[in-house]
Amino acid sequence: MEFMQLLISGLANGCVYGLIALGFVLIYKATEAVNFAQGDFMMLGAFVMVGLVNPHFLGINFWLAVPLALLIMGALGYLLDITILRSLFGQNQVAIVILTIALGFVIRFVTGVIFGHEPMNLHSPLALGDVRAFGVVISMADLAVIIVTVILTIMLWQFFQRTRLGLAMQAASQNQMAAYYMGIPVKRVQGAVWALAAVVACVAGILYGSKGSLDISAGFIGIKAFAAAVIGGFGSLPGALMGGLIVGVIEPFASRYLPAGYGQLAPYVLLILVLVFRPHGLFAQVRTKKV
Amino acid sequence: MSALLEVRNLETYYGPIVAIRGVSLDVHQGQVVTVLGANGAGKTTLLKTISGIMDPEKGRIVFDGEEIQGREPHQIVRRGIVQVPEGREVFPLLTVDENLSLGAYTKSNRAEIARARDLVFEYFPILKERRQQEAGTLSGGQQQMLAIGRGLMLKPRIMLLDEPSLGLSPILTQEIFAILKRLNKDEGVTMLVVEQNAAVALDLADQGYVMELGRIVMSDTAERLAASEDIQRFYLGHANEGARGERRWKKRKTWR
Repeated sequence: MEFMQLLISGLANGCVYGLIALGFVLIYKATEAVNFAQGDFMMLGAFVMVGLVNPHFLGINFWLAVPLALLIMGALGYLLDITILRSLFGQNQVAIVILTIALGFVIRFVTGVIFGHEPMNLHSPLALGDVRAFGVVISMADLAVIIVTVILTIMLWQFFQRTRLGLAMQAASQNQMAAYYMGIPVKRVQGAVWALAAVVACVAGILYGSKGSLDISAGFIGIKAFAAAVIGGFGSLPGALMGGLIVGVIEPFASRYLPAGYGQLAPYVLLILVLVFRPHGLFAQVRTKKV
Repeated sequence: MSALLEVRNLETYYGPIVAIRGVSLDVHQGQVVTVLGANGAGKTTLLKTISGIMDPEKGRIVFDGEEIQGREPHQIVRRGIVQVPEGREVFPLLTVDENLSLGAYTKSNRAEIARARDLVFEYFPILKERRQQEAGTLSGGQQQMLAIGRGLMLKPRIMLLDEPSLGLSPILTQEIFAILKRLNKDEGVTMLVVEQNAAVALDLADQGYVMELGRIVMSDTAERLAASEDIQRFYLGHANEGARGERRWKKRKTWR
């Protein structure tokens, strides 16, 4: 039973990592840039929710605030692309990497100025209570995280398979030149990808905020999520999610069964092992197949 | 009658390097026009400039009476100008069907798209067989067919084909060009074909231009070009030996 308990809390954490990793991969595939501010997007998404929902800020109904927060983050992602990132179009990769790292700092400090540096809690209806089933205690929040991640994954899958914009995003990421030839407005599509990545990060942020306390350094789990994306095979959406789950699950098990401190280390040990033995990531075959 | 596509004194640069220096040409409705030339002559740059991938420094491109130079590629595609790029450039991880759908990206009329798809399958039955297959797993010839089919999905008013024979066996090249000929004759598709393979291109085309180092050096009907000595010698490789069996590298082209 202890095994199940660890597995479920690990999966719930892993879902959050996976969603952030998904954002990394979305942007990487579409624009060949790595957005190192993805974790901070997640943190910002969570704080936007705090601002909308918590009583001493706006105090809006949680379910009303969710679409609003997603919209705000989506718009922010799109605006960032068309204002800042597009001006670096055609520049060196390093320039974009540095820019996104700087962007992370800016987001962190601005959030700190607005919301303060103390940890706070998102008033989330998901954060209440536990469910007991089959001798395992599952917090509602963990359950919600897993369910929402599954739903979001299915929705994204459908989006990429069925919609015109989704298809255009795939096309632009697979062969940018040919996408231009087809009359796809590639830059606009890339803006949409940034918006989508920010929305996914916002979902991750809401889930993260529902699971526990929140402060402006929450974005640093983006580093773990980055490791997850690499483990899964950078460039593969299912791989990113799987990588997130693996990292999420490995942590509680390593903390439980290995000496103290190894829990934090385990994901990175795995990262190094994967880079040495399977440099393209665990799910590289998946990558050559779909999405 | 004014031409469907008029290019006038076009100049395009790659940074500081001039790739085409003052090219002018006409393509009339229903015609096949070919531009011949060796590697680096500027043929691809010419097509890229027409389809808006590159912006010209000088000159005009007039399509159906409207100046279109320097516009965004998607605005140009919306006008019915589609480029079938060099080296196929299919979307490798998408299926044949999805690739074709993307060809009609700027279209929204479902019935029209379905008709275009039927037409593509009529001309390229192999694509229908493979419609669920990922494009990256097709053979080179099939990918070329897909690239042309994807272009047809737009119901283009003019199709710009960049070296459709590239990397194909002679038999496949013949096959592809035979299909292009049928598309022109039966469907009335106007084409601007850039080629190194002068024999097949001149056989297909009504009108031809020869490009060298970014300039048009010859233009005539395809028939007369095919018969001209320069083309015979330098592009068709017929060693039309003179009385003393002079070597071809001693011979100068008439335009030099």
